[in-house]
Amino acid sequence: MPKDEIKQTFRLVGTRPDRPDGLDKVTGRARYGADFSAPGMLWASVVRSPHAHARIKKIDASKALALEGVKAVVTRADFPEVPAGEYWDLQENTIAGERALYDGHAVAAVAATSQLIAHDAARLIEVEYEILPHVTDVDEAFKMDAPVIREGAADYSVPEGSPPNVVKVLDFGRGDVEAGFASADLVKEGHYTTEATHQGYIEPHACVGQLGSDGKGEMWVCTQGHWYIRRMCAGVLGIEAANLRVTASEIGGGFGGKTTIFMEPLSLALSRKSGGRPVKLVMSRAEVLRATGPTASASMDVKIGMTKDGKLTAATAVFRMQGGAFTGSPVDAALNCAFACYELPAVHHLGYDILANRPKAAAYRAPGAPMAAFAVENLLDEMWGELGLDPLDARMMNAAKEGTKSSYGPTFKRIGFEETLEAAKAHKNLSVKLGPNQGRGVAAGFWFNYNGDTSVSLAVAEDGTAQVSVGTPDIGGSRASIALMVAETLGIEYEDVRVSVVETGALGVNEPTHGSRATFATGKAAVEAAESAIKDMCRRAAKKWGIDEDAVEWVDGAARPAGPNAGKFPPLSIVEIAAKMSSTGGPIAGHYEGNPPGVGESFGTHVVDVEVDPETGRTEILRYLVVQDAGRAIHPSYVEGQYQGGAVQGIGWALNEEYVYGADGRLQNPVFLDYRIPVASDLPMIDTVIVEVPNPGHPYGVRGVGETGITPPLPAVANAIAAATGIRMHSLPISPSKLLAAMNAKRKG
Amino acid sequence: MSKIHVTTTVNGDTVEFLADPRETLLDCLRDKLGLTGSKEGCGTGDCGACSVTVDGVLVSSCLVLGVEAQGKSVTTIEGMDKDGELHPLQRHFVEKAALQCGFCTPGFLVAAKALLDKNPDPTETEVRYWLAGNLCRCTGYDKIVRAVMDAAAEMRG
Amino acid sequence: MRYHTPATFADAATIAASAQGVTRFLAGGTDVLVQLRAGSVLPDDLIDLKHIPEVHSITRTADGGWRIGVAVSGASLGANKDLVADWPGVVEGMELVGSTQVQGRATLTGNLCNGSPAADSVPGLIAAGATVTVTGPSGTRDVAVQDIPKGPGKTNLKAGEVISALTLPARGKNAGDAYLRFIPRTEMDIAVVGVAVSLRLDGDKVAEARVALGAVAPTVLLSDACAKAIVGTTLDAKALDALGAAASGECNPISDKRGTKEFRIEVAGVLARRAAKIAYDRAKGAKA
Repeated sequence: MPKDEIKQTFRLVGTRPDRPDGLDKVTGRARYGADFSAPGMLWASVVRSPHAHARIKKIDASKALALEGVKAVVTRADFPEVPAGEYWDLQENTIAGERALYDGHAVAAVAATSQLIAHDAARLIEVEYEILPHVTDVDEAFKMDAPVIREGAADYSVPEGSPPNVVKVLDFGRGDVEAGFASADLVKEGHYTTEATHQGYIEPHACVGQLGSDGKGEMWVCTQGHWYIRRMCAGVLGIEAANLRVTASEIGGGFGGKTTIFMEPLSLALSRKSGGRPVKLVMSRAEVLRATGPTASASMDVKIGMTKDGKLTAATAVFRMQGGAFTGSPVDAALNCAFACYELPAVHHLGYDILANRPKAAAYRAPGAPMAAFAVENLLDEMWGELGLDPLDARMMNAAKEGTKSSYGPTFKRIGFEETLEAAKAHKNLSVKLGPNQGRGVAAGFWFNYNGDTSVSLAVAEDGTAQVSVGTPDIGGSRASIALMVAETLGIEYEDVRVSVVETGALGVNEPTHGSRATFATGKAAVEAAESAIKDMCRRAAKKWGIDEDAVEWVDGAARPAGPNAGKFPPLSIVEIAAKMSSTGGPIAGHYEGNPPGVGESFGTHVVDVEVDPETGRTEILRYLVVQDAGRAIHPSYVEGQYQGGAVQGIGWALNEEYVYGADGRLQNPVFLDYRIPVASDLPMIDTVIVEVPNPGHPYGVRGVGETGITPPLPAVANAIAAATGIRMHSLPISPSKLLAAMNAKRKG
Repeated sequence: MSKIHVTTTVNGDTVEFLADPRETLLDCLRDKLGLTGSKEGCGTGDCGACSVTVDGVLVSSCLVLGVEAQGKSVTTIEGMDKDGELHPLQRHFVEKAALQCGFCTPGFLVAAKALLDKNPDPTETEVRYWLAGNLCRCTGYDKIVRAVMDAAAEMRG
Repeated sequence: MRYHTPATFADAATIAASAQGVTRFLAGGTDVLVQLRAGSVLPDDLIDLKHIPEVHSITRTADGGWRIGVAVSGASLGANKDLVADWPGVVEGMELVGSTQVQGRATLTGNLCNGSPAADSVPGLIAAGATVTVTGPSGTRDVAVQDIPKGPGKTNLKAGEVISALTLPARGKNAGDAYLRFIPRTEMDIAVVGVAVSLRLDGDKVAEARVALGAVAPTVLLSDACAKAIVGTTLDAKALDALGAAASGECNPISDKRGTKEFRIEVAGVLARRAAKIAYDRAKGAKA
């Protein structure tokens, strides 16, 4: 849509009404994954491998089956053979076949009449293992002589003679990198590592699955995308997708981790084996941490060249990421995002997707981008600092803008990175004077925006109110933002629009709430659906007035003659048209099915002040500022919420969160006690500035805002620590032990 | 397997259930009494999503056995509004967008109410430390802390 | 699992002594229930001590000390102003255990019997010279707190023995205590290092001192070397340095997911210095 057609003033968009699901969520009424029960329901429990890598020699369930109340046990033998590819990987991850591939890998599952009996029965299932050599570290897994996770898993991109756990190689770029480095006044290289982290949603995975001998089934599940659950479960179980009806419960956080399946097919397989009784399966926190999809761990080399004025001349990145025992680390997105904030004459990217004996990685908020930013923004900060440049000015000098050919290929349309740098520079936090052992860090970040398969249906009720059926679960207030856009478009009140997340039987396919897409794509689809209903209502008005339908326009919730030549008729409001719907052509509705085009990238700039205890290496966050381009904030409170939540997840990743594997390949910290996500007392208020550079591809200018916010905190915190201590940390998390050791090394010279 | 008969008061109502002594109060509230507002996020007392009060004391119901509730008075999120009228904390949470996914919200509300019952005028630092055992992964705590402070101010009048 | 609710400690000891399988006592339950849930400890007999009348009370002893029931929660401990005034270090150690919610249940005795070298309340109790009363099938005995832990997860209590009360000595004049721990976050973590200092002054000089170190050895240590480093001094910079060095010298830690060996040794010295200063100021009249 041309720029000058973007509306700038709105009646509802940009206001902050109460979210429609608010009352349910503050009274405990909202039903999440584990809150659903069905008549005749059984409970399930899963037997998981205690070994990082082991051949499964024998599974003996006879003692479990003898326990009163036990109804079924399933192993891999209860699943059909599926060809190599996505469904084989999902099936293998759902339940181990010949080998257990990581600590926590499911080996068997049992259904019983109570949760206690199910847990008791799981303990009675005897599994005989032959322990195999394992590898959990990304650099170890990259070695030629590393234990091999799976033969033949490499795709066409992997050259002969590569290390055996490399399954995918990415190699792309443009421009003459060597010439770029040759023309630089300052060239630096750095090696960086980040440990795997978990999304850490507070709600463990939970579902109730039911599958009859007729192949028809139902599932209630907490998920970011129930069509994905349907497709994946059907693929894993060899049933027809349309025969499985999936309802998404309210969802207690996902951050990408609930865009795929983990144990859902187990409940369906158990149900099928116990005569079609519904089976409830709820993960414990330890199961969530051991056996769902954390993000990758990364080992990265970055080289950057710049002139003495700080202008970038060339950059290269070599990233190695392990995403567990399956193809799918986010190394591709990491490379795409690595230099996306900047104009670069020459850039080259090389990436390796590597297998290791860890759980299968899932998406985690801007998958790969935070690691890439940690490496790149860390090195840039070091170099610009060496040249004595202001970190915001230096970024401004190199900032990607409209017309910039991005580091990953496409040419940017209107984007708002420069505006975020300006707003950061103007913020009051930047003028706060710092004390001893304190430091300020700046970093920028980027994430795409995504459209994806989207179906929305809108129907006008007999009283002129509107119901909107969407397929993207509401994780952070999307019902509110969609209702605002629909009400704005229809010209009715926010309270007169009810947005429902409906089951798979009620709409066409929808991709999950992922890729920062819900407000963009579902929002755009809902506006399209509303426009189509408006067109129908205009047609009815035209018919009543006996004028051409092109001569009717929709203004403030009513059909009106478009201009004096159209005729003189009093406006027909949506209430009046709806009341007569039955006699004017029947139900009034609109719908949209498609891949809404026009995504708008979102850039952010973060500024953090820290204080480091020189005697213990402990880092305190004193102040934190998030500036990000939202395109347009439909409901500013929930945009701020995305910024704040992303920043705090990033702070956790920077300082304390990590997967700790022992020498035995077992996860050492599968509890919130030791998987240390930030707590309220760790943090100050998180200041936000919403920059609005409208996305020309969306009727209300929306860009995806969900993911960019987790990208800058990793380097911002590292850069602040460097400013406070003079020590540049190249490895996350920057735990007190690590930082104190580095400070001691520096003190000793 | 012998179950124990438990009589207790939940949100002012006398209730009875049969509990295996291994079942937690949280299990009993959710699976026997249908009060699913209290959530299990960890089962180890680290996340606060299962917060309830027992005889007025804030506890994690995942760390209390169902059989220990015998003769006690338990209050859950379901007992927080009075005849449909929201507690100021509940109202401020909605108005101030102090929830995103909402899963941790019942625990935060129960814990925050216990704080305000004890200390009607807490500082931001006191709010943050009192609520340190309530994990939220969506909000970064900013809007939660503000909602608690605003509700406290309103309640002080 | 059988659930017992004895009305006296003698009954509790009798049940425990006659039990065949795994037995656990239940007070606050904040460790027992976690182990039960994880399946790491599945008791055959669970003996709930909270039906014994005296377990909930905090009382002054005849000599001015304190007798604390085994089911007194951290929250109740912190609410007792006189106890806090006497033993702020003991109370702050207990109050660092877990969340506000955990404070509603967790107890000093439970924290001690869990046998963790990182237990936050134990260094304070040891520094204070606290004792426990142990009730067994053949009567009761008093034991110093430092003699209860045996190693990670293990105590020196015999089968059928149960701690029936905890006693803090009279605080006396010109004295103060403090506990500090290091954790990566601000709350909710297990101590990487913990140090408690209790001291008494004679004028500006330290007349008596007890220093206990947590999470730096298989059990919480009572360090004579640390006490010696500060007794007779005014806790000047030199004394603090000597204390720090002594604390670091006492450590025999492991490297684990919570911190490295080197880190624990170094930070034990840092915290010893910081805790001693707080205890000293409290002995001089500073309020907790």
